[in-house]
Amino acid sequence: MKIMNCPLNGPRNISEFVYGGEVKAMPNILTCTDREWADYVFYSENTIRVITEWWFHSPSGYWFIAERHTATDEIFKTYDPSELFNQRIDFEATSALEAEKPV
Amino acid sequence: MPFSLLKYGLKNDYPFENDIDLPLPTELKKHYDVVIIGGGGHGVATAFYLAKYHGITNVAILEKGYLGGGNTARNTAVIRSNYLTSEGVRFYKESVDMFKGLSNEFDFNIMYSSRGQLTLAHTDATIRSFRQRAEVNTHFGGKTELIDPQQIKELVPTLNMNPADMPVLAGLWHMDGATARHDAVAWGYAKGATQRGVELHQLTEVTDVIIENGKAKGVKTNRGTVSCGCIIQAVAGHSSIVAAMAGIKMPITTYPLQAMVTQPVKPFLDPLVSSSALHCYVQQTGRGEIVFGGGSDPYPLYNTRSTLDLKESLLASAVEMFPFMANLKLMRQWSGITDMTSDYSPIMGLSPVENYYLDAGWGTWGFKSTPICGKSMAELVASGGKVPEIIAPFAMDRFDVFRQVNEMGATAASH
Repeated sequence: MKIMNCPLNGPRNISEFVYGGEVKAMPNILTCTDREWADYVFYSENTIRVITEWWFHSPSGYWFIAERHTATDEIFKTYDPSELFNQRIDFEATSALEAEKPV
Repeated sequence: MPFSLLKYGLKNDYPFENDIDLPLPTELKKHYDVVIIGGGGHGVATAFYLAKYHGITNVAILEKGYLGGGNTARNTAVIRSNYLTSEGVRFYKESVDMFKGLSNEFDFNIMYSSRGQLTLAHTDATIRSFRQRAEVNTHFGGKTELIDPQQIKELVPTLNMNPADMPVLAGLWHMDGATARHDAVAWGYAKGATQRGVELHQLTEVTDVIIENGKAKGVKTNRGTVSCGCIIQAVAGHSSIVAAMAGIKMPITTYPLQAMVTQPVKPFLDPLVSSSALHCYVQQTGRGEIVFGGGSDPYPLYNTRSTLDLKESLLASAVEMFPFMANLKLMRQWSGITDMTSDYSPIMGLSPVENYYLDAGWGTWGFKSTPICGKSMAELVASGGKVPEIIAPFAMDRFDVFRQVNEMGATAASH
């Protein structure tokens, strides 16, 4: 049985976790083109190396980040997302109105 | 007959010694009109139709391992066309029709066996989607109908009609469903292609793709560099990796898919049976073994390892469906690497690089589309890049314009 180390709950069975996709920068939804949005949603490197990805511990409802190799399945590191996301990201309501305006 | 037998009996050498199916390996040429990356079913099928229908024989198939040794050897050999969308059904229907004639076309037995495929519904919502699938199939000339529990019992007397406390409410009975020997399909195509002059180079790994001014010009391999008129990428399990050599990013995520087979038992199961709720499909091979398969692994990985977790859940479902199987022993387990697209449809046709054609994203639906895929890719290449209408909906740029061909409901765990 494969074990994953949850930053909140310690080592748990891998079946308790849900994969959440690669960590990648989201384009600004108000200003990006359709192609940029499609690239963010559908396309990925999908390569063989250590990648940084989102995981979810289902019983405790906790999202975190893991670094895992996509061929050996070795999990090198798991940590709280606050280590990567330490600043608040604002999508201001006013900018939505601006995006509607013809340029 | 008795005399020829006697004649051969008295001879010292085996009569068919020089009658080999595949020519012996040769050196790579400097230039080919067409280079096909990947010597699996799709690659050799494309070469076969290029040679047979279009007279293009200066073709090299470059295979990293051996002929048909990847997912062609690992799939569970299900042939069916009972999908959901018009685009999908039309495509797979033609594939099923082509499979029927392959043994004759090859003069090589692919052991095509038309047994019908039965998918079980355990909820009203599933019955509604089955009704739609039956209608779409019938519209395109397939033989698919909705059947009731009594008919299911008659078709599959050994089936538990209440597996995991989820009563079987109805079934989607797909009479065109079939199975065939997957290796033989690749061998038959390879034999036919090489007899017409195509070169199959095994143990030849493409290490880089040469692109000049946005046009594919050749490939670098572990046996030297080859220039070419165009390249067809027909790999499974490594689509993103090979495409990246050509600088192409793909909408694909790669997952393992596990399957296993039991010891042989007396024939008891004619149709291929799958359950929409238990995520399990079961079929008995011509040799009596029972093959199981299910959904893909829960997270992406480039690895053909098997896991206890998935085996346990898959076997639990199989035993629910056919309780007597609890006494059987497993003979083999294996897994393949599947390139999944988010809409469960393939990616075929043009790529951002000129003269570089894609045949990718074959997830868990690759084997059943081998003939039509080969035929339409050959057409695409022979016409110099004019996309055949039947594969037009599967262009990669459908993701850029949000025009996916959603086959998830008809694909996930019902291969």
